[in-house]
Amino acid sequence: MPDMALSDLKVLDFTQAIAGPYCTKLLADFGADVIKVERPDGGDPSRRWGPFPNDDPHPEKSGLFLLLNTNKRSITLNLKTEAGKKIARQLVEWADIVVESFRPGTMAKFGLDYPTLHALKPTLVYTSISNFGQTGPYRDYLASEIIIYGMGGELYSTGLDFREPVKMYGTVCQFLAGNIAAVATMGAVFVARLQSIGQQVDISLMETQLGNQDRRMPALVAYQYTGEVSGRIPLGQAGYPIGIYPCKDGYFEIMSGLGRFRQAAEMLGNPDWLQDPKWYTPTAQQDPALKEEFEAHFFPWLMEHTMAELWEIAQRHRVLSAPVNTVADVVNDPVFNERGAFIEVEHPVAGKVKMPSRPFLMSETPWQLRRPAPLLGQHNEEVLCGLLGYSKEDLVKLREQNVI
Amino acid sequence: MPRLPLEGIRIVDITVVWAGPYACFLLAHLGAEVIRVESIKFFQPLTRGAIPRPPKAVVQRGQPPWIWGMPNRDPGQRPWNRFPMFNAHASNKKSMTVDLRVPKGKEILARLVKISDVVIENNVTETMDKLGITYDWLRSIKPDIIFVRMPALGSTGKYANYRLLGSMNEGVAGHNTLRGYPDMDPTAVTPIYAADAASGAGAAFAVLAALHYRRRTGKGQLIELPQIENFMPYLGQAILDYTMNGRIQRTIGNRHPWAIQGVYRCKGEDRWCAITIFNDEQFQKFCQATGHPEWATDPRFADAISRYKNHDELDKLIESWTILHTPYEVFHLLQRAGVPAGPVMDQRDAYNDPHLQARGFFQKAYQEDCGEHFYPGAPFTMSETPPSIRRGPVRLGEDNEYVYKTLLKVSDEEYQQLIEEGHIGMDLAPDVVA
Repeated sequence: MPDMALSDLKVLDFTQAIAGPYCTKLLADFGADVIKVERPDGGDPSRRWGPFPNDDPHPEKSGLFLLLNTNKRSITLNLKTEAGKKIARQLVEWADIVVESFRPGTMAKFGLDYPTLHALKPTLVYTSISNFGQTGPYRDYLASEIIIYGMGGELYSTGLDFREPVKMYGTVCQFLAGNIAAVATMGAVFVARLQSIGQQVDISLMETQLGNQDRRMPALVAYQYTGEVSGRIPLGQAGYPIGIYPCKDGYFEIMSGLGRFRQAAEMLGNPDWLQDPKWYTPTAQQDPALKEEFEAHFFPWLMEHTMAELWEIAQRHRVLSAPVNTVADVVNDPVFNERGAFIEVEHPVAGKVKMPSRPFLMSETPWQLRRPAPLLGQHNEEVLCGLLGYSKEDLVKLREQNVI
Repeated sequence: MPRLPLEGIRIVDITVVWAGPYACFLLAHLGAEVIRVESIKFFQPLTRGAIPRPPKAVVQRGQPPWIWGMPNRDPGQRPWNRFPMFNAHASNKKSMTVDLRVPKGKEILARLVKISDVVIENNVTETMDKLGITYDWLRSIKPDIIFVRMPALGSTGKYANYRLLGSMNEGVAGHNTLRGYPDMDPTAVTPIYAADAASGAGAAFAVLAALHYRRRTGKGQLIELPQIENFMPYLGQAILDYTMNGRIQRTIGNRHPWAIQGVYRCKGEDRWCAITIFNDEQFQKFCQATGHPEWATDPRFADAISRYKNHDELDKLIESWTILHTPYEVFHLLQRAGVPAGPVMDQRDAYNDPHLQARGFFQKAYQEDCGEHFYPGAPFTMSETPPSIRRGPVRLGEDNEYVYKTLLKVSDEEYQQLIEEGHIGMDLAPDVVA
């Protein structure tokens, strides 16, 4: 086994869905030995969420699960049984880190709460990921992606002023929460290794949005400074050209107004109509009539060019710009493919699946795909017999008793 | 009292705008000594301000507040210390100034690198190359240095030096066709910066992984976090749906792929709540809690599939109820009944929220040019080494004396000379206009 950045870390992973598995995926992808504990009856619910090949649901073919669980091993364990609890505690003795994302209080029912496990292993790092954290009046409340974004993040200011606030795609907040959890978990690992002190890391999804640089922290600070709320504001009032515009084959974003207007003029080839000094007065960018006049020239120019052409022209003139890609555009982009941003994972049941590969490159300890996402309980024997010393007969009994 | 996780780790922070600074914000909360390397002779737009010296009239009118909302809408004597976009992430950091474009400045950087553990930057790829701040150069000064680069689209390939802001990375990644109103085209999407936050979190994790490895082996390394590639898993369901099925997903707005979900208007001006109903049981509870048992028996909403088919009609009914209540009333009433719901909280709500108050999320901090205010704390808590705001948002050049004299052992004479040469100061040079 090659020495990876986190090769010496052993993780017992009780997480499910998205935030927790993304946290342990980051650890696993950079070398940690992650044993994922799943319920025997169906496992991680993300196995039932798509996308599935040909929209045909199958617990071993969920694209989401396959992405989130690379490089992990899977065992099944019924934590409601005494034998299941005992195996879990044996694995705690093996582990450096426990990560869990049950509703607060659930781990206590299994006898696997932080105080209990801390007593068992004082240097244990124990990361809990939940909607609202392990304390406080909302501790037991339910949530969803949009509720987390609405309560914690900037949903309020996202959208048009005359419409309802509108969320981001899919489960972006939950991925960020997983990444934050991985950061805090590693911080706790440092304390465990250097000072021999274990601790509980408490991740509240709501707080991962509140302490989030994407407009939320700045808007919170601005409220302190001014007493003003940052809400949804009309687009197209900041100057020109600023915004997303239609072009020949799609949409293209440009930010070249205000102090960057000269670059926009150069991008347009410095045509005669832009020689008039009126475009360069201090108030020109706030003049609606001038904006309209500019757009009368600018819109037809955009429609003559594709997104790819516009990007080349704009960047040649150092104009801040980007295409508004579809998911197909980004997945097929030769630059990202040549760089290795995607990988074809060979999975025993799902077959070949192309998915995003590494989040970052490390020169000494690069990301590696050591194994695809595990089948449900694929490593029961390897872990229980190989690691904990159970016999094959024990395994049969455990299976009969619905423990694994 | 245990020491903070990264106590004793020194980070040379050459980051700009949001993505890099957010990584250092997280690392500073973990106890690292983060030293921002800034300049009084060069102004990077959107890091410490939109423009170096915004006129008072602009600051008073500018929207949104999260860009222009300086204390009391006043730029003050040093507007670069009053910028909410910067001060949001600048707690627990230190700041020194040096002009890296001249040999003397680079020599000073070298002296700082020699006594540091990590160098982190998120500029356009060629910017650092032109300054000669390369991994090879850093390694020649400090063999086990960890160097983190965060190019937007990667440091190799055609896009290596492409210029864009975080909001545009969303477009390249495909996010701008996956969010927004389903009945409108992408020209109507609000600029967001989710990939910036993701990049900061990803880079902070990368630094921790590299430090962990260095402690075991003594080896440093070069890390490249291409911001777009780091963000791709966040759009994983759409990417996999395309690679598995060839389907090009488009925005479904506030809808959930299979549950009943929306943002609904509430009582009050521009007040909203979010509700998600995942299953039959929650739908029954919802109908009971709202006093509309007749919805529960309506054949249009009999099961998950019928409800999803008749989502528009159900939305109208839901909103006919939410409009009678404040977001917090909806929230508590539905949550007590076991239905996922929440207020769409503006910034005022967040400060007044009893849950966040109970958890002590906001913390008071003082900064000389802004006074005392509450600031958002860390996005994580730890039982033995809790993160906290140990010091308010750092002012430009605030730690010059400490860095130059204490750390770099610069003599008083040399310090004076560095002031005269325009390296050291707390005010942008008068000729810095953009």
